[in-house]
Amino acid sequence: MHRSFQSKLTAYLYLSPALILITLVFVYPVFDLIRRSLSRVVDGETIWTGLVAYQNALRDPIFWTSFSNNLRLFISIPILVLLSLVFSSLIFERVHGWRIYRSLVFIPYVLAIPVVGIVFSYILQANGVFNQILRATGLDSLTREWLGSSATAIWSIMFVVIWKELGFGIVLFLARMSSISEELYDAAKLDGAGWWQQMAYVTIPQMTTVIEFYIIVNMITMLSWVFSYVLVMTKGGPGNSTWVLEYFIYQKAFPYSQMQIASAAAVLLLSFALLLMFLQARLRPKAEGLEG
Amino acid sequence: MKTPSIINIQRIKRLPSGIVKQLALLLLSLLTLFPLYFMVTNSFKIQDEFFDNLLGLPQSPILDNFTKILQHPNLGSWFANSILLTAGSVLFCTIIAILAAYAFAQMNFPGRDALFNLITPLMVIPPIVMVIPMFVLFRQLDLVNNLGGPLIIYAGLMLPFTIYLLRNFFVTIPREIQDAALIDGCSGFQVLTKIYMPLSKPAVVTSIIVNAVWVWNELLIALVFLQTEELRTLIVGITTSLQKRFTLDVPSLMAGLTVATIPMIILYIIGQNALVRGLVAGHDK
Repeated sequence: MHRSFQSKLTAYLYLSPALILITLVFVYPVFDLIRRSLSRVVDGETIWTGLVAYQNALRDPIFWTSFSNNLRLFISIPILVLLSLVFSSLIFERVHGWRIYRSLVFIPYVLAIPVVGIVFSYILQANGVFNQILRATGLDSLTREWLGSSATAIWSIMFVVIWKELGFGIVLFLARMSSISEELYDAAKLDGAGWWQQMAYVTIPQMTTVIEFYIIVNMITMLSWVFSYVLVMTKGGPGNSTWVLEYFIYQKAFPYSQMQIASAAAVLLLSFALLLMFLQARLRPKAEGLEG
Repeated sequence: MKTPSIINIQRIKRLPSGIVKQLALLLLSLLTLFPLYFMVTNSFKIQDEFFDNLLGLPQSPILDNFTKILQHPNLGSWFANSILLTAGSVLFCTIIAILAAYAFAQMNFPGRDALFNLITPLMVIPPIVMVIPMFVLFRQLDLVNNLGGPLIIYAGLMLPFTIYLLRNFFVTIPREIQDAALIDGCSGFQVLTKIYMPLSKPAVVTSIIVNAVWVWNELLIALVFLQTEELRTLIVGITTSLQKRFTLDVPSLMAGLTVATIPMIILYIIGQNALVRGLVAGHDK
């Protein structure tokens, strides 16, 4: 009895530094943010304002521009899944130099988004390399200031995000593929399955869990980790055309000092992220059950 | 006559598909490397050449852009700040995570699994959500414009991932080893340092590399919490201060970006396998 009590106490002792830090960095900010979004401090007194800040955030057209840009970036997810599947299976087939390819495609992962963003903003500018290549191949009509026109800026950012995120997908899928039983492929080949059929009936069904994981990771990325791209490549412009929710919160909180609206928008962003997670948790047992 | 022709057809059919696969991967590699090529080659060009010769190798490579960057008065302190922040926060986080992961993996206490299942989803919380409350709090505690502020935040943000990774490694270590050591008179802490730590070196190294890459490259928190020029991290200094200063002198800007990227490339060359292992952990079976 005594020993078991002592061991419980020891366990909490080992956990306490982590719990204190997590409380400070995760738990406290979330509660403080909710409080801030519902109240305002005037002359040292807290005045509860109810949902006014949420109404103000939701009435702000730029909030919706920002949110819709996050959703636009979601379009990159099917592209990333498809490209990761194609390239990971190419590398998986041990084509000549597959090890080199595997190393090369993962390089973007270690590069800083600000660095990547600046380099791409020079590549994509009016007299930049990309337009020069278009001109050289006779596609003059397509040339434009890719980040400087509101029709193309968010899509150009999406292209850079794909460039940065693809390597992780390839490496992740490759790891999963390597553990698929050879026998499954042998059986499929015996039945006369070609490359596409093996892909559709063996590889993809075996990979549902990892594909789902990659989709969730990317949803979170497109929602919560795109601030740096926007800041260095467009600063939200032209106009407000490339604002995303993180950028909205940052702008409201710091340059504009509208902490209450920023807090409300942050709570909304957090709720959306948690909703995605909840949906994933609901889907999860099913996917694992399928795999047995 | 029939058999050879079949072989021939197979050969003809096989060859192009092999070439197509190679071409696809070559194209991907080129696209991946191009921005790096663009950054490095242009950092060796004189300004006029940058406009005339965007794509080619520098005609007469110069080092002036690098000397200009290296003479920047704040570069030394930016570099030191990045090193201090990265090493400090990763070390801090790793120690705390090892202790917690050990408890989660090898101890019995009420609420263990529930608590662990609450910690891992914290990875989903967007960092911008923490920034406002932490900024207000740290301003009162005098931790804004103080390396200690972002150090604490980074360590905290990395904690869920690190605990998750290490705990999943620790559970694979047989419990009998722990029991045997305890019978031999080791304390619980000795079991951790003498048995678990050496056995789980690969997982610890992996988490350190993954986390170091993230801290080194981080922008938002470094930007908000370190606002004076001398306190900037290398990435923030290069990308905000230099981006403004060298808008017209692109080769110098590229030299700065190259300098900021070199440490990560070195880390990648040394730690590539550990990095990849950590990021795909749990998804390779």
